[in-house]
Amino acid sequence: MGKKVLIADDEPNIVVSLEFLMKQRGYVVKVAGNGEDALSAVGDFGPDLILLDVMMPRMSGYDLCQKVRENPAWAGIKIIMLSAKGRDIEVTKGMAVGADAYVTKPFSTRDLIAKVQEMLGE
Amino acid sequence: MLQSWVIIPVSLAYIGVLFAIARYGDSRADQGRSIIANPYIYALSLGVYATTWTFYGSVGRAAGDGVGFLPIYLGPTLMMALWWQVMRKIIRISKTNRITSLADFISSRYGKSALIAGLVTVIAVIGVVPYIALQLKAVSQSFTILVRYPELAMSGLREPSPVVSDTAFWTALLLATFTILFGTRHLDASERHEGLVAAIAFESLVKLVAFLAVGLFVTYGIYDGLADIFSRAAAHARLANLFAPLGGAAGSYASWAWLTALSMLAIMFLPRQFQIAVVENVDENHLGKAIWLFPLYMLAMNVFVVPIAFGGVMHFPGLAVDPDAFVLTLPMGEKQEALALLVFIGGLSAATGMVIVETIALSTMVCNDLVMPVLLRMKWTRIAERENLTGLLLGIRRGAIVAVVMLGYLYFRLAGEAYALVAIGLISFAAVAQFAPATFGGIYWKGATRAGALAGLSAGFAVWLYTLLLPSFAKSGWLPIGFLEQGPFGIAILKPYALFGLEGLNDITHAMLWSGIANVGAYVVVSVLTRQDAAEQAQAARFVDVFRRAGEELDVHLWKGTASLPDLMALLGRFLGPERAQAAVADYARRRGFASPAAMPADAGLVQFAETALAGAIGGASARIMVASTVKEDVLSIDEVRSMLDEASQVIAYSHELRQKSQALMTATTELRAANERLQELDRLKDDFISTVTHELRTPLTSIRAFSEILRDNPGLDAAEREKFLGIIIQESERLTRLINQVLDLAKLESGRAEWQMQEIDPRMVIEDSIDATGQLFRARNVGLEARLPASVPPIHGDRDRLVQVLINLLSNAAKFVQPDSGRVIVALSAGPDTLRVAVTDNGPGVRAEDREIIFEKFRQAGDTMTEKPQGTGLGLPISRQIVEHFGGRLWVESAPGEGATFAFDLPRAKAPAVGPAPGG
Amino acid sequence: MFRSVIKGQRLLAVFLLGVLLFNYPLLALFNRAAEAFGIPAVYAYVFGAWTLVIGLLALVIERSR
Repeated sequence: MGKKVLIADDEPNIVVSLEFLMKQRGYVVKVAGNGEDALSAVGDFGPDLILLDVMMPRMSGYDLCQKVRENPAWAGIKIIMLSAKGRDIEVTKGMAVGADAYVTKPFSTRDLIAKVQEMLGE
Repeated sequence: MLQSWVIIPVSLAYIGVLFAIARYGDSRADQGRSIIANPYIYALSLGVYATTWTFYGSVGRAAGDGVGFLPIYLGPTLMMALWWQVMRKIIRISKTNRITSLADFISSRYGKSALIAGLVTVIAVIGVVPYIALQLKAVSQSFTILVRYPELAMSGLREPSPVVSDTAFWTALLLATFTILFGTRHLDASERHEGLVAAIAFESLVKLVAFLAVGLFVTYGIYDGLADIFSRAAAHARLANLFAPLGGAAGSYASWAWLTALSMLAIMFLPRQFQIAVVENVDENHLGKAIWLFPLYMLAMNVFVVPIAFGGVMHFPGLAVDPDAFVLTLPMGEKQEALALLVFIGGLSAATGMVIVETIALSTMVCNDLVMPVLLRMKWTRIAERENLTGLLLGIRRGAIVAVVMLGYLYFRLAGEAYALVAIGLISFAAVAQFAPATFGGIYWKGATRAGALAGLSAGFAVWLYTLLLPSFAKSGWLPIGFLEQGPFGIAILKPYALFGLEGLNDITHAMLWSGIANVGAYVVVSVLTRQDAAEQAQAARFVDVFRRAGEELDVHLWKGTASLPDLMALLGRFLGPERAQAAVADYARRRGFASPAAMPADAGLVQFAETALAGAIGGASARIMVASTVKEDVLSIDEVRSMLDEASQVIAYSHELRQKSQALMTATTELRAANERLQELDRLKDDFISTVTHELRTPLTSIRAFSEILRDNPGLDAAEREKFLGIIIQESERLTRLINQVLDLAKLESGRAEWQMQEIDPRMVIEDSIDATGQLFRARNVGLEARLPASVPPIHGDRDRLVQVLINLLSNAAKFVQPDSGRVIVALSAGPDTLRVAVTDNGPGVRAEDREIIFEKFRQAGDTMTEKPQGTGLGLPISRQIVEHFGGRLWVESAPGEGATFAFDLPRAKAPAVGPAPGG
Repeated sequence: MFRSVIKGQRLLAVFLLGVLLFNYPLLALFNRAAEAFGIPAVYAYVFGAWTLVIGLLALVIERSR
């Protein structure tokens, strides 16, 4: 069974593209459109990796990331932050709250896939 | 009705009125409700300048030379313009130092020199007592003329009557009594004589009314107006020459100018003027109005001088009528007895006013600056040791008053018709003009020394004696006339009217020139050559820097020595009386913040206070002597004083500069901080905006790039999926375009660079066009749209395309937020009195209260209430609001969550077209 | 204080104007056998100039109150 990837983003078209890319590589994909849905999906779905948008309704990507990192049971989950906010301060903040990588939108699909594979040890 | 039994009671009644006014003024002053504390009374009391010399004499002068009287009044008019600066300073100095006379003023400036005080007093007495005599003479003469009614000729007028039946004598006595009663109520002369001033102001009014009355009578009663007098005068052999009187023999322009200058000085330095203008001044702000009111008074006093003079000359051809008496004899000749009596009273008021004030001023000087210093210095009198000196002081003051008035009377009896009395007016002016250099120099030139002032005053006075007073004696026959014509002992170069061979000037001009040179020359040269001692330097600083207000602090440090409070208290008590001394010291202690005088250190400040308080009673010079004898003073070396002064004035200058600088700095800092905050705020906003815009741009770009790469990397995608991904790319590209357009649009709107096509438009058309444009969206989502438009609405003024933009935005928002199929949107138009309202109502989820303003901010969508991220750019509402506000309207939302929302805006109605025909039509 | 200084300067200007008006040579221009309103020129001039100066003094004093 393939590794599980949770896609948390509120932009429907971006979600479509990410879903396509992940499924194409054989990952099991679940989608959440806001931060709260994403948090519950972390528990239910048990992803190996989260593609996490920062600017989401109800709970921001930062907050979600922090919550995931607070729970030792979820320590193995890799988190790649995706954001249209590319200022240094935002990247630093993302890494500070426990993200494993920070990818600025728009991104290269090849680079993103490479990064996902690297994180999942493939 | 012009018998002496009428005239005398009327005159006495007039003087009785003066008493009443003075009493009333004093009693009001005692109650603290001054009747003279206003600029009008102040200006009127300055009218004491107009004496009988004006009242009777101006007409006499005008009959002789036409214009010669005018500079006497033009000079003071000009001087008043300078009073704002000069006189204000003198008043301030006098109030600060409790100065009570001109002699006190000048001597105080030069180290409280008793010698200068005495010299000034002597000059003033010699110069002015004859002037008092002139007033008495005028009263006596006018009385004689009046009682001879109906006879007008002057024959036999000159013979003196015995003293007991001499009106002048009784007038003098009466005036001395008046002056004693109202001029020496208090000892402290710096407490003003309010009642007396009120009486003087009243006198100014009386003489003006009397003179105007006779002027009007002569001009319009005897003659037929001004033009009539002058046209007749033009035909008169002698008067015709007076139509262009200047430049010829009668008066050169030079002597006219000198006379003007002399009068400028007289208005300041005649003792009575100093008394009224400075000592009796209640409030230095009264100067302001007086600066134009007093010249106006003089103008009114002079308007009829020439008409009366010309009228008189023509009216009494061949009769021996003295032109000086025209104001009196013209009404008499016309049998206007009441008017003649009024004129007599007017002349009486001019005389009495002058005598009273001049006597007060002179007696203060004689007592404080001549008698007291001498008495205090004469050890054998043991005066300084007496327990209570108030009685003695009052006695001297009263004695001086009687002496001055009686001296005047004596001079009048002795001189009679002599030239020395007739010409005394200008000679007096020239005497007091000698005070000018020492005074002006004293308040503006710190370097002027006591020796310089003494030298200047002496030299000027000596020259005046020699070139004016002695010649007037010679002309009166009291000195051999050869003194004038050949010079003393036949030395022609010393002829008093042509000193050193300077010929061709009239006597006043000549004397002014020489005495001026001697006075100013000696003053400046000796001042430069001598050094000031400690006391002088202190006083110089007090005078010159009076407006710097630091004067008090300066003085306090300029004294070294030991004093005791009881000693000083006793000293004050002896001159002021124990109670007043107690009260004064207690008051001073309070001002310095001590609970009782006993708690106060007997320091330099207290000594200074005691000396100033004493100066009010006995003059600065005497006060200095008394204080010096009471306290043990260490002699300060000149270097000590200089360094103290330098230090103090440097500290003052520095702290002043520092204060100014730090104030400027503080202002600048505050402004800078505010500007910085504004900038930072702007910067922050701009930064946020750019960051947000970047974010919004990147989001569609992300989709576009991702799908483009997917399509590139997956050439084998099936057609449906290709179609779908390409559709997303196009859709996101459109979103990107829209966003860019709106950002640019908003930037244009905010910067004011947007172009507006303003025109009258029908709002219904706007709504219908917008409905057409959004029809597709509504149909696609199956949302109902209803328009409620009135049959006719007034036009509005605006940009059609922009309004359509607003409406499309509101309508498409509504279409997006309502539920598909069940959604309903109503657009309604209604007209108010001034505005038109457009409202777009939907049945969507509504807007929460906390979001109702946020949604009008850039990129702020009320996202949290929505399950799905809206597709808008977050700029539609901010842009719409900008547009509506540009048209002078407003855009807002009304909503309850769950019950839909109404977005509405008001627009002002176009102004009604102008009624009536168009211009040019 | 500042206003007082300004006032002082304006008054000084009036003073200088007065000195000019009341002296040679302006005075000499009117010292002739001419008349204005039936009044000999020099008298009409002096009283006119005098009135003007007083008016200016009043203007300066009263305006800034």
